[in-house]
Amino acid sequence: MVNQQAALLKPETLVEEFKKNGVTHIVTIPDSETNYLYELMKEQDWLDIIPASREGETFAIALGLSVGGKVPVCVIQNTGMMESGDSIRGMAIDAGFPLVMVIGYRGWNRHGVITDTAAKYTETFLHAMGVNYYLVENDDDAPRISIAFEEAKATKRPVAVLVGDEYHGFNRV
Amino acid sequence: MFDSEDMFRAFQPHRDESIVIVTGTSGRSWLDVTTKPERDLTLQGAMGQTTSAALGFALSQPKERVVLFDSEGSLLMNMGILATIAGKKPNNFFHFLMDNECYATTGGQPVPNAQDINYAGMAREAGYAASYEFDNLEDFTNNIEQIMKQTGPVFVAMKVVPKIENEPIGRRQRRPTRRPAQTIADVRAELGISSD
Repeated sequence: MVNQQAALLKPETLVEEFKKNGVTHIVTIPDSETNYLYELMKEQDWLDIIPASREGETFAIALGLSVGGKVPVCVIQNTGMMESGDSIRGMAIDAGFPLVMVIGYRGWNRHGVITDTAAKYTETFLHAMGVNYYLVENDDDAPRISIAFEEAKATKRPVAVLVGDEYHGFNRV
Repeated sequence: MFDSEDMFRAFQPHRDESIVIVTGTSGRSWLDVTTKPERDLTLQGAMGQTTSAALGFALSQPKERVVLFDSEGSLLMNMGILATIAGKKPNNFFHFLMDNECYATTGGQPVPNAQDINYAGMAREAGYAASYEFDNLEDFTNNIEQIMKQTGPVFVAMKVVPKIENEPIGRRQRRPTRRPAQTIADVRAELGISSD
């Protein structure tokens, strides 16, 4: 039986990965699953948080930051990612800058029966857009985040990190 | 209403070293007016996303004055950006809105509530540091110097004459322009931003 506590992806782990990879800005819309992550990111004096009004904005703001020499990351939920299709197309894929997008994988689980359509279509959406992705569920998966940064930099394309929300510890207990 | 090219000619003497970003059919005449193309940045984004990209750039370069000439059709597609901009309070950001009351590039169909909407009021209530509106060139010309001395984010709504296009896109005459990637490379070189 999985020890859920040991299997948690701690928000500190994600923030450490951001620091290790030189991230300067987080462009985000918080969701109900990530309030502790948001507070932790706000505490980092090397990280500037940009709250957006709608997910599509995040990719365009990130492009402007990249043009200006910064290293942004978009942190949004899968629902907002799907609504952002044209922004991902025009402002992330076509623009030719590296971008890591951290996507809350709402509705995903390990049981094999997924009923939430937000989860059902997440990977299908990424396949359609030609955006590669890495699933991160616990601290042991953290190296995948650095792999995503390296791949984004090498390909000058967006790469997604899907955070399986069944086991993450991003919510304040 | 006044002509966008006349507006640009009134603005140009007060540009100084600003990075200038333009959108929409009304923005095309900037190419005939600019004297510092190496500081003109093209951040093409459908669905109103040029505004968001301009904000990102302004936040990345807080010591550079960033001037965006936006269009009302774009802003309507991305209205939440007013709150996003106001929330981050970029004091180097000047947001001009060329409001021609229509989608000029698709034949001139009116935008929603074209004549009765108050964009300057929206920006003001969203939390911009200052907001102005002009419907004639004389008032704009008399105020632009003072506006450019304000602390941002500043919003300036202007009623401009639509330059409607009815030709199918494939038959329209295209003037030679620098590709967006080239403007990005030029601005990065101008500002000493590494391309790594």
